Amino acid sequence: MEFLNTNLPYILAGISVGGQYALISIGYTMVYGILRLINFAHGDIFMVAGFAMVYLSATMPLFISVPFTIIITVLLGFVVERVAYKPLRSAPRMSIMISAIGVSYFLQNCAWYITSGLAKQYPKIPWISDSVSIGTATTKIVTVITPILTFVLVIALVLLIKYTKIGMAMRAMAKDFETSQLMGVKINSVISFTFIIGSFLAAIGSLLYFTNYTTVTPVAGAMPGLKAFVAAVFGGIGSIPGAVIGAFIIGICENIIKGLGWTTFSDAFTFALLIIILVAKPTGLFGEKSTDKV
Amino acid sequence: MAENILHTEKITMQFGGVVALYNLTIDVNKGEIVALIGPNGAGKTTAFNCITGVYEPTYGSVTFCGETIVSNHPQGKMKKMYMGEQDEEKLKVIRPTPDKITKLGIARTFQNIRLFNSLTVFENVLVAKHMRAKQNVLTATLRLNWREEKRAREESLALLEEQGLLQYKDELASNLPYGLQRRLEISRALATEPKLLLLDEPAAGMNPQETQELAEFIVKIKDKYDLTVLMIEHHMDLVMKISDRIYVLDFGKLIAHGTPVEVQKNQRVIDAYLGVAEDA
Amino acid sequence: MNEKNRNLNGVITPQNKINIFNSVISFVRKNWIGFALIAALFAIIFILEQILPASSMLFVVLKKGAIYALVAVSMNLLNGFTGLFSLGQAGFMLIGSYTYAIFTIPLEARDAVYQYFDGGIINFTVPVPVALIMAGLAAAIFAYLIGLPVLRLKSDYLAIATLGFAEIIRAVFQWDKLGPVTNGSNLLKRFPSFTSTLYPFFVSGICITIIVLLINSSYGRAFKAIRDDEIAAEAMGINLAKHKQLSFTISSFFAGVGGALLAMYQTTVQAAAFKSAMTYEILLIVVIGGIGSVTGSILSSFLFIASSEWWLRFLDDETYIGSFKVPLLASGFRKVVFSIIIMIVVLFYRQGIMGAREISIDAILRFFRKLFAKDNREEAA
Repeated sequence: MEFLNTNLPYILAGISVGGQYALISIGYTMVYGILRLINFAHGDIFMVAGFAMVYLSATMPLFISVPFTIIITVLLGFVVERVAYKPLRSAPRMSIMISAIGVSYFLQNCAWYITSGLAKQYPKIPWISDSVSIGTATTKIVTVITPILTFVLVIALVLLIKYTKIGMAMRAMAKDFETSQLMGVKINSVISFTFIIGSFLAAIGSLLYFTNYTTVTPVAGAMPGLKAFVAAVFGGIGSIPGAVIGAFIIGICENIIKGLGWTTFSDAFTFALLIIILVAKPTGLFGEKSTDKV
Repeated sequence: MAENILHTEKITMQFGGVVALYNLTIDVNKGEIVALIGPNGAGKTTAFNCITGVYEPTYGSVTFCGETIVSNHPQGKMKKMYMGEQDEEKLKVIRPTPDKITKLGIARTFQNIRLFNSLTVFENVLVAKHMRAKQNVLTATLRLNWREEKRAREESLALLEEQGLLQYKDELASNLPYGLQRRLEISRALATEPKLLLLDEPAAGMNPQETQELAEFIVKIKDKYDLTVLMIEHHMDLVMKISDRIYVLDFGKLIAHGTPVEVQKNQRVIDAYLGVAEDA
Repeated sequence: MNEKNRNLNGVITPQNKINIFNSVISFVRKNWIGFALIAALFAIIFILEQILPASSMLFVVLKKGAIYALVAVSMNLLNGFTGLFSLGQAGFMLIGSYTYAIFTIPLEARDAVYQYFDGGIINFTVPVPVALIMAGLAAAIFAYLIGLPVLRLKSDYLAIATLGFAEIIRAVFQWDKLGPVTNGSNLLKRFPSFTSTLYPFFVSGICITIIVLLINSSYGRAFKAIRDDEIAAEAMGINLAKHKQLSFTISSFFAGVGGALLAMYQTTVQAAAFKSAMTYEILLIVVIGGIGSVTGSILSSFLFIASSEWWLRFLDDETYIGSFKVPLLASGFRKVVFSIIIMIVVLFYRQGIMGAREISIDAILRFFRKLFAKDNREEAA
């Protein structure tokens, strides 16, 4: 109980950031499930969402800038897929990963150019940035909202995948890409749809994340992106519930480590977790094994 | 009496609940050409993969020249799903990687040609000589292994010449026409200096004349290199012409075994290939 | 075959030594043009160093280009020739840099450098060439350990796992508890450096030559076989685990040496600089040059450094034509243009500059002969 009290702020922070990682990690896991592509640029799309909000809210009221940010982010995700990934679909896997790295590099450089390297402050979104007391700790309302919102969105997404036609198409493509094509599934639409959902969730995630960590820099997306990816691998790449659980575990453990005073290693913990899962069970907690036919 | 080169004992291969191979027990003796035939999906390539270490059999063992080289029994999750007799003896566990099997003297070709596409014809064969060379990274890099290199090159060129591929030696392997690619695969397998050659559908996609040439070629290399051959084939003319004995698989089980004449007359074999009449 | 020359243990007998000498002589004679060109290159650099001021951008490009060329070739060995998509290069460069610095900081300077750690616990130095080799060995040892679990993973997972290890290494080297060795998050400095451009050219040149010898050897063929088809390679007797480890450790050895050279060039070493962005830059250099081409990596490395440090610099300056401010040109634009160029190469010129081909002296000579033959025929007509 004593442990809980002293570390409550960290656990709460962990739940909050875990939810935000979860929203980002869903984008990774869905794209990998269908395209077998690690979208290195996903974290940077999250970062662009942050900056979009900064610049938009400077000139527009919140009830316009928030939906606009979401629309811009979704559009960006869609365009990136069409321009940088679609042409390379039949190329060897390395090429498309290199393209993703190239897009990431490009987005970061553009952000740096536009901001001249100066960090920007995220605007205060009313209500969710207000303080609230939970037990012995004080935190922002966003910490409470995040897990609830994440939960709701994930359930909505799982329902969509299970019970809609397009969800079935996504599952089919994840299982067997070529045959899905032959069966008449409109793969371009399904892939675009996947990226749109992923970017949408990343935009929501950025709204929540930057309300907590209010400084936005061009590299602000790199670490959360990487951690969200590790969460996806940990939970079993291709499995949405797995990615979410993985993200929460990473978020909570990372903050507990900070609480114990080992801040330098809070980032390294995520990577250590990655290595452990890759060596012990590469398919992740909920992943499935696939065999190569010789 | 001819010595036994290969003996598989009750090889069973299960993928989850699917039994691909059940209690396969076959023998191949020195100097023989033995064929493994059966309808598609009967488990023939699976048998090859179990023998060469690509798959770990769920149960069973493989003996090569008297030595057990592969051996396994169901473990972990497989114990519950195993469809053999429940009181099977617990065999030792020997699960080598395919390269070890090749080093022992078993070479194989593949059903779908697997050449090294970015290498030339010559390099494809040379690569197969790599494991037999007495060298290490240092001596190879500093070219202190020039004797080994020279031997490997000479032997590879000889193999290419024998196959009629010498004029293509600097062509990329992927540029060769299909028939020549098959010949290159066999040359490459021969380059590993094997005692036992496993050929997986060597005549696939060939016309009758090419098949005839292939038949003569297999017999020729078998005599020249003192080989034993186990082959999977669908071309019955090739099988009947050069095999000493035939094993017939259907749905993973051995349904017939004997000389070509015996197998041709076997009713079960005919049923397996042609199907049983509905009103029987 | 002269059986008496072959000693079963592979020990070099006097007969072998004479044969080695002969083969070296014939090797030099056959490739005299190549050697002449290299000698000419070194001579040109030497002359340039006497003429141009030391701070000229050309030398920055040449020095840094040579260092990155070595790291790019080492990455190409692993990614391009063996087909192992690894993103851990920055981590091994870091290990190399630190190893070099730690063992060459002069004893008198140690108190000043390790000011928070009582002068550090390492109390001796080694000569620079030894330190360079140690840098490579340290990186190779780490690579061996990391390779044990990681090399059996599929390509995408291997990429992420090596990336993860690089980040862990970076965090570990910044850890305060290791401060007496690594100086924690503080800089390492005051270690010996080089002034002439010939030095990195020389060291890189030797290392790249060794890598090329490896690629053209029996083991190089084995690596390429693994890249083309792992299953077939195994069936041909190539032990995947052992050969992948070889490629990984050797590539990391040279990345470590490259890291040491980088330390000498920058005169300071700090873990924070070895982020994954550095690995991405090397990867982009390799891709632009052509995955599977050593000369491509070398050319691309110099082009990359020249573009990012020198030629495109003007894009960063706010320029006025008369009183008209040219739009877009501002700090950071250079990198934006750069990224666009890279995306164009990745999307449309996937083979890179050289594809999988190498520049060979024969090809150049044939090209020139054809050129002159055409001229002669035109004259005769």
